[in-house]
Amino acid sequence: MKHMLPISFSLNGRTVSMEIPAHTLLIDLVRDELGLKGTKRSCDMEVCGACTMLLDGDPISSCTTLAVDVDQREVTTIEGVTPPDGLSRVQEAFVLHGGLQCGFCTPGFIMAVTALLKAKPQPTDEEIRHYLHGNLCRCTGYVKIFEAVKSLVTEHVSEDAA
Amino acid sequence: MLPSPFTFAKPTTIADAIEAVGDSGEGMFYSGGTELLLAMKMRVIHTERLVDIKGIPGLDRIVLNDANEIEIGSRCTHKRIAADPAIREHAPALSTLCDNVANVRVRSVGTIGGNMCFGEPHADPPTMLAALNARLVLQGPTGVRFVHADEFIRSELETVREPNELLTMIVFPRPTGPVTYRRFKHGERPSVNVAMAWSMEARGGAIKTARVRVGALGSRPQSLKIVESALEGCPVAGARAAIEAVLADALDELDVNDDRHGGADYKRHLAGVLLLRNAEAAMTRGEMSR
Repeated sequence: MKHMLPISFSLNGRTVSMEIPAHTLLIDLVRDELGLKGTKRSCDMEVCGACTMLLDGDPISSCTTLAVDVDQREVTTIEGVTPPDGLSRVQEAFVLHGGLQCGFCTPGFIMAVTALLKAKPQPTDEEIRHYLHGNLCRCTGYVKIFEAVKSLVTEHVSEDAA
Repeated sequence: MLPSPFTFAKPTTIADAIEAVGDSGEGMFYSGGTELLLAMKMRVIHTERLVDIKGIPGLDRIVLNDANEIEIGSRCTHKRIAADPAIREHAPALSTLCDNVANVRVRSVGTIGGNMCFGEPHADPPTMLAALNARLVLQGPTGVRFVHADEFIRSELETVREPNELLTMIVFPRPTGPVTYRRFKHGERPSVNVAMAWSMEARGGAIKTARVRVGALGSRPQSLKIVESALEGCPVAGARAAIEAVLADALDELDVNDDRHGGADYKRHLAGVLLLRNAEAAMTRGEMSR
């Protein structure tokens, strides 16, 4: 018994229309059917944040999201925030500040930080920690990640001041 | 892991949703799925049919009604409740609580109704809603009934809701005094939590009534009747001392499980600590509102 459903959604700005079984998970659709492997599956229980995608701009755990739920909505993955010829400012900041070690959690962190800065371009230290509380780095490089985010906030302030 | 296959329905009315779930337990209501999909992936829950309620208008409303009560639609996400102006004005402690449920991804899609219906003992909202004297509105094939938050969770992961009854709304009187919530957690779920809501004497300076609920220790939130009695009529400035005088007896009455969050004695002690922290916060707010 496979209940096939038509869905049509925007994936990184491109319209995708297809038929899928109702129990398909978003992460499997994107990685296995559509071939975008940047998103990582890790805990598989909404705790670690490695599989973070944005749904209409809000971070979600793609490991525990039904693909049918993105019908008529906008999905953004790590591929969607990476410019064709380089890195986004968030990715650049992670590189400059050493905000990654093994790199497995990095796509999830980049997505979360991208969503945070969109919702709140000038987060306080407390707001940064609160927002990123649900992204885990098993290399425990949290200080460098925090410094990377912080650099984007400071950069923004100096731009305003100029 | 992948959930086992099911069919999917997206009705646009409550009546159609109830019919789609069916009366022999083959279907389940679905909104954020942050608890349900986890259990389905682990194959501890199976359903033939998921009935998505996100297409039904009105279930994501938050209003202060004519009876001076706050109505929260069951499929309001934690994110929505945390940011809602009416909740921030009239029940800021609930706004803060919702802003701290699990993590930012769960708050994006997880709903307060789903949280209640899952009956997870280690959850934030049930304790607070019981302290707020909330009622839950259940709509079934034959009509509507109201269940007090205190009575809603029957035991661990089990509520009084019938499978074909849809939780449509949560209603509670607009708080007239300080409402506070404190928790201690390992990981993302509270090990112990305490919520307290006071109503104040008309002329201020004294507590009229207090509702105190302790959660996550047993299968559902428990009231601390001895503390509630001690606070009745008590001047705000004396609240902490009034609680301390009866605390040991009150904590003894709690039904506490040993579980991976800690031993019973430890968690009972934590409940006392959290209660006193609630009292400190409530006293500050109670004094401010004079």
